[in-house]
Amino acid sequence: MNELSMTVRGKDRYKSGVMEYKKMGYWEPDYEPKVTDIIALFRVTPQDGVDPIEASAAVAGESSTATWTVVWTDRLTAAEKYRAKCFRVDPVPNSPGQYFAYIAYDLDLFENGSIANLSASIIGNVFGFKPLKALRLEDMRLPVAYVKTFQGPATGIVVERERMDKFGRPLLGATVKPKLGLSGRNYGRVVYEALKGGLDFTKDDENINSQPFMHWRERFLYCMEAVNKAQAASGEVKGTYLNVTAGTMEDMYERAEFARELGSVIIMIDLVIGYTAIQSMAKWARRNDMILHLHRAGHSTYTRQRNHGVSFRVIAKWMRLAGVDHIHAGTVVGKLEGDPATTRGYYDICREDFNPMRLEHGVFFDQDWASLNKMMPVASGGIHAGQMHQLLDHLGEDVVLQFGGGTIGHPMGIQAGATANRVALEAMILARNEGRDYLHEGPEILAKAAQTCTPLKSALEVWKDVTFNYQSTDMPDYAPTTSVSM
Amino acid sequence: MRVTQGCFSFLPDLTDEQISAQVQYCLGKGWAVNIEFTDDPHPRNTFWEMWGLPMFDLRDAAGVMMELNACRKVYGDRYIRMSAFDSSHGWESVRLSFIVNRPKDEPGFRLERHEVDGRNIRYTTKSYAVDRPEGGRYGGK
Repeated sequence: MNELSMTVRGKDRYKSGVMEYKKMGYWEPDYEPKVTDIIALFRVTPQDGVDPIEASAAVAGESSTATWTVVWTDRLTAAEKYRAKCFRVDPVPNSPGQYFAYIAYDLDLFENGSIANLSASIIGNVFGFKPLKALRLEDMRLPVAYVKTFQGPATGIVVERERMDKFGRPLLGATVKPKLGLSGRNYGRVVYEALKGGLDFTKDDENINSQPFMHWRERFLYCMEAVNKAQAASGEVKGTYLNVTAGTMEDMYERAEFARELGSVIIMIDLVIGYTAIQSMAKWARRNDMILHLHRAGHSTYTRQRNHGVSFRVIAKWMRLAGVDHIHAGTVVGKLEGDPATTRGYYDICREDFNPMRLEHGVFFDQDWASLNKMMPVASGGIHAGQMHQLLDHLGEDVVLQFGGGTIGHPMGIQAGATANRVALEAMILARNEGRDYLHEGPEILAKAAQTCTPLKSALEVWKDVTFNYQSTDMPDYAPTTSVSM
Repeated sequence: MRVTQGCFSFLPDLTDEQISAQVQYCLGKGWAVNIEFTDDPHPRNTFWEMWGLPMFDLRDAAGVMMELNACRKVYGDRYIRMSAFDSSHGWESVRLSFIVNRPKDEPGFRLERHEVDGRNIRYTTKSYAVDRPEGGRYGGK
């Protein structure tokens, strides 16, 4: 369907009136994207009867220079350069009525180092465009020239590990539960028990900010008492993500400064604070030697449905540019959405220096990160010690595994819950490094470790049958197939 | 108390056979293993003393185990750890670190609280062992 260009040229192009987008220069099938172009891949679902090429050209137009009618003022500009160019439209496999549209944008369309500007351009207007039933931004290729205008993760995986003095295994965390209602004193108790029991981190939940039951200073003071006490009890560096999310930047800076003053190694923010606030906090974190954790609060409102919104892989790319150190990226086996292949794609985006195109993981472009720091993915939500072999297999080593319920809900108490997770993890890493087939021998490895660890034995017993097997709503459109090479 | 730094401190102390398997894993990945020791296990004491240099270009864990045993003969009353360094671009740091020797008795740390403005507290972790000079801790010479 990628037929020739229909662009009208010369004087006729600028005759007053309405012209189809595909004739205005937004459909250029012969265009070869430059290495400095930003490329976006959209899933376009045109209204019935709308030509997919015209719909895709409209997306290019409405996300760059076009308006609904021809304007003569285009002629005062180098308009051809600024027009986004749709250069390829493919039907989506097994999804009638949906099309993948590849659109190239010149680098000059964007401000350096601004996710707000990038997103205002690419997703600012077009998602409500009437000729489309639905639209989804699936992936983006960010040229090195653009990547280099961003700070990137304030700390990065390697330096985080150096600061925490933890190498060779996933980090362990837990979100304090219940999310709401604990006083500062009670909250600190959970933090102390979990850290002393063997976790590396504890975490505020996304909606723990400063509420009547616990104002933020109470939480920070008691949490740091807990962190320091657990550090002295174990001889290890520990941390708790102090959520500094607040109603204004001024409030967030005040909370972050206080966290630093108290000696916290890490603070946290929620995705809902917005891209500019996130970038500001990332710069603050870099200046203040602070690890920056991001909770992706709210993302499922636009990432989950396959036909409309923005894929989480795009959000992950934006957040790596924006400069957070941790990002929740799915567990595969836990309670929240995430099919294994798609999740693998997200993890690669967080952690690799170069992502090759892997359609089977939903990764549509080669992406060179040009030595930008790596982001630590966080797996949180409905996971427990009995899944350790699967978690290690799916998620690898550079990840924070967060067992909230799986720590605090332990029948012998929070410390025991933390110890069970830590022992399970260390036993699995030991076995993996010894060359054992840990994925298949996982249950045996855990059972063996439980012989000398009662808390693990008890955890395996309580949660042995807990799984969350539901159909994923978001999966890759391509599956690898074998073919005979000639 | 038991200092739980390193990758395997929550498991029973590793046997030499287990240590050797971990070292072999590191060498297989092309990482250089370094033996480090200290009698100051403060969580932020980053730079333990090096027993020689990281063993670059080594293929067989047996060489590392020989060095470990030599180190134990001299510093068997201290903490000894293995650290494996990965020189690949984008990492260039430690990949695996685990304790392979510890003092018989680990007195641990006390937490000092220095009350400052308002409710703020400045915390300092102090190792009981370091009240004595280096070498004289943990019953050493």
